[in-house]
Amino acid sequence: MNPEIVETNLDDYKKLVESLKSDGFEMMVDLTVVDWFRKKEPRFEIIVQLLSTIHNARKTIKVFVNDEDLTIPSITQIYPSANFYEREAYDMFGIIFADHPDLTRILMPDDWQGYPLRKNYGSGRIPVQFKNAPKVD
Amino acid sequence: MKSKDTRKTGFDKFKNILDFWATNSEEGGWNISSTDEGSQKMLEEESDKQVKIQTGSDVVDDFIIDEDTSDDERMIVNMGPQHPSTHGVLRLQAELEGEVVRRVKPIIGYLHTGMEKTGEELNYFQGPTNTTRMDYLSPLFNELVFSLTTEKLIGIEVPERAKTIRVLMTELNRISSHLVALATGGMDIGALSMMIFGFRERELILNFFEKTTGLRMNHNYIRPGGVAADLPDGWQKDIKEILKVIPEKLQDYDDMLLDNPIWKGRLKNVGILTTEECFAYGVTGPSLRASGYEWDLRKSQPYSDIENYDFEIPVLNEGDVFARWRVKVLEIFESLKIVEQAMEKMPKGPYKVQDKKITPPPRKRLDESMEALIHHFKIYTEGFKVPEGDAYVAIESPRGELGCYIVSDGSSKPYRMHVRGPSFCNLQALPVIMTDSPIADAVAAIASLDPVIGDVDR
Repeated sequence: MNPEIVETNLDDYKKLVESLKSDGFEMMVDLTVVDWFRKKEPRFEIIVQLLSTIHNARKTIKVFVNDEDLTIPSITQIYPSANFYEREAYDMFGIIFADHPDLTRILMPDDWQGYPLRKNYGSGRIPVQFKNAPKVD
Repeated sequence: MKSKDTRKTGFDKFKNILDFWATNSEEGGWNISSTDEGSQKMLEEESDKQVKIQTGSDVVDDFIIDEDTSDDERMIVNMGPQHPSTHGVLRLQAELEGEVVRRVKPIIGYLHTGMEKTGEELNYFQGPTNTTRMDYLSPLFNELVFSLTTEKLIGIEVPERAKTIRVLMTELNRISSHLVALATGGMDIGALSMMIFGFRERELILNFFEKTTGLRMNHNYIRPGGVAADLPDGWQKDIKEILKVIPEKLQDYDDMLLDNPIWKGRLKNVGILTTEECFAYGVTGPSLRASGYEWDLRKSQPYSDIENYDFEIPVLNEGDVFARWRVKVLEIFESLKIVEQAMEKMPKGPYKVQDKKITPPPRKRLDESMEALIHHFKIYTEGFKVPEGDAYVAIESPRGELGCYIVSDGSSKPYRMHVRGPSFCNLQALPVIMTDSPIADAVAAIASLDPVIGDVDR
């Protein structure tokens, strides 16, 4: 098992992030989500990449989130850089970050329906009609 | 498994706001921005609470209205998305009090094209075509990070010559990207000659790229397993020309700007970003090095054997717009050093992995060998399979840490492909830089962060 990768559960997630920050991981560089639709249960895997410039080390935190619940504590209080990433994760996967200061869509339009990066969101599901192009049925 | 009670209700959120008011409304009021001059000094003098707020370890909602000012002194101004100084389609909502910016909110997504979703539909061989379009000023870095991640998943090592070509091309790309940053930065501040100069010198490098890769931008040159083609005949001559011309021109820029009172007046002590703020907001790259912290992934977590080259990391302590401009100029000199060493040591040998399951055979072999034809056909139709697993690789792009996270399910397409764009993260520091500074400095602040909206929105 790679010591750089830490798997945790939702209850310990925030505590773990806090303790890692006090251990010298001063930067949160990335937060992303993988949708294991019909492959794994719980469905969503949240991956946080931390970087320590003092120890020159990286840490990857993995947390699973349930499809029904979709809620995970926000870490913007610990790492302000998580702000945009959590908004992106909400925008693309519909993960709800409790206590996030401004959980709105970031890349998609505000009135967008659905969460584009989910596996059951097929690409090309919205027909695009270009100007002056012959209509396709 | 998750218990229901941690889900926050509406009341809890409201309560947090109240707590926030209660705990923060003492000591020094709401003027929490540190972006004006003397913020370094402030760090020494202020109370712990204030320092915590300053450094971002205590998250503060910037959007607090000072009760003393009446509403008619405040004005909300929209800047962009179609604005020449926003470097693409960045939109800013700024609340002004007179000439001073009090709150800023960057609004992004106007260039969102769903590249991460597209990345799940393309196989690994086609992947660089997609990623190269993200950060369009440093396309080779995007290709490199995708290729490195794929190679880490497969577990292959590319030949020496491929590594050296990668280093040569990416460092040239760093120079061309920084030249655009200097050029557009100059244009935003009013040094219009700088705009012409920067693009003129960049042309030299783009011509070399065109000769080598076939395209000026979006090269699709660095691919999993090596590079797409060998360097063209007489490439040393072009590199020598670049090595000769660019330092001379950089001297011209320095003559024009380094002691220029207008340039210094516009940039010095403007938009200060401290090291702590950089850490808090995940700012990496030249902006972090301009705030006095030596951190470069080329030295600390090297890739493509870049640790064997002799170069320095320029670090400046001021953290203002001037320092961020200066660091980029100094980095061009260091990149030129690397390019020169790469040219001298360029080893002979193959420029891609000789494993025919991963890289296509040379075109000429197709007429002679049935096997080569089969490999060619297989790679171009279904690609190659990558073992199950996930990997995160980060490299130092001209704007900071460029990371790529790929999850493979064993097929020939990534199950999930995520790119950590440095511009996306650096943009979060924009409100910190701009708050409580004059609106005239806003443009300089944006230019100094050098965001590429293709990288922000992906």
